[in-house]
Amino acid sequence: MYRQYWNLGIVMIAIALTIGIAASVATAGTETPSATADVKIDNFTFEPQTITVKAGTTITWTNRDDIPHTVVSTDLVFKSKPLDTDQTFTFTLAKPGTYPYFCSIHPKMTGKIIVQ
Amino acid sequence: MKRETSGSIMFDHNHDGIDRRGFLKCMAWTGTGALCVVEGGVLKSFALNDPAAKKAKGQLSFVQISDSHMGFNKPANPDVIATLKTAVDKINALPVTPEFMLHTGDISHLSKAEEFDNVDQILKAAQPQEVFFVPGEHDVLEDDGKPYRERYGKNTVGDGWYSFDKNGVHFIGLVNVLNLKAGGLGSLGTEQLEWMEKDVKHLSHSTPIIVFAHIPLWTIYPDWGWGTSDSAQALTYLKKFGSVTVLNGHIHQTMQKVEGNVAFHTACSTAFPQPKPGTAASPGPMKVPAEQLRSLLGITDVHIAHGKHALAVTDSTLE
Repeated sequence: MYRQYWNLGIVMIAIALTIGIAASVATAGTETPSATADVKIDNFTFEPQTITVKAGTTITWTNRDDIPHTVVSTDLVFKSKPLDTDQTFTFTLAKPGTYPYFCSIHPKMTGKIIVQ
Repeated sequence: MKRETSGSIMFDHNHDGIDRRGFLKCMAWTGTGALCVVEGGVLKSFALNDPAAKKAKGQLSFVQISDSHMGFNKPANPDVIATLKTAVDKINALPVTPEFMLHTGDISHLSKAEEFDNVDQILKAAQPQEVFFVPGEHDVLEDDGKPYRERYGKNTVGDGWYSFDKNGVHFIGLVNVLNLKAGGLGSLGTEQLEWMEKDVKHLSHSTPIIVFAHIPLWTIYPDWGWGTSDSAQALTYLKKFGSVTVLNGHIHQTMQKVEGNVAFHTACSTAFPQPKPGTAASPGPMKVPAEQLRSLLGITDVHIAHGKHALAVTDSTLE
């Protein structure tokens, strides 16, 4: 009689383990490394001017121009220090939405990030 | 290559009938250091050592320098210290010693303390020891311009604007490089405009007015941000005056325009040239062969003769 319960116990543990392993495999399968995106600053332009990214993406701006620029969100969500040539600014946007930004030194330079 | 600088540009507000062909010919010469005079609607030229250019009683002369960008070290000019020193030598060699200097901004390249220090140090060698500054966008990168004002903001109000008088001429220094909006141009702002209206209200209409600010106060090329969105408002306060001169920097080349009673003039940089409007992808530093660099940098010499509304504005290149 106890042997039956013992067998049942082992089977239940085995099933639980399988589900557990299966569950963790499933989670591991959908876990992706955080997304990144790059914007190049050159010739008084943000390239690409508009980018679309997933929420939680880390964006890096790199100034390749021979003049300093800044990256300032119009709604002040993010604001970089002045970036000289080859300096970078990084920001992660967690909330979906549209984030227009510009260079506060040369305000004609504008860009946009669309977060989905 | 040496470029001869001879003559001066006179903005004669007593006579509006300027010969258009002659004036356009004059315009084509500017920026190369060549100069011409328009007086009584007729083109004339003066040599720089002409007695008419020499100082007489009741005259005022000063020099404008601009865009020294101390700290810039890219190929367009790896040595902005040397070119600023050359500009100072040029000032000290002028036949008439200027009484003071105006610096129309972008003193520094990155608003760093050592950059401002270097400029102050170099300008100590200039004969005119009194210097009046207005900031460029490169001078207010830190803390909304607080470090700039701590250095140069004595006797200024608001974000650093002010006025002063010399020999009966009224000078107005304006700040149009703060609170810039996305996609916009230079901006003076309501507070400064209100101050300016009050500042000139009680002046007699015969007072010569000189306004100086970094970004041009007329729209030269909006795509590159070469203009000030609310400058038209500022100019309405100056309508009653017979002689108004506006001196700007920012574009790193000489350009002028005469509109009614107002003569606009931009100066060369002492650091690096920039392209003419629309001739390049962007308004950034323009690289030229090393032997040409100094011919595209320069200073501006201004003489005011009392009794005349004409101002002599003379651009000369560093070489």
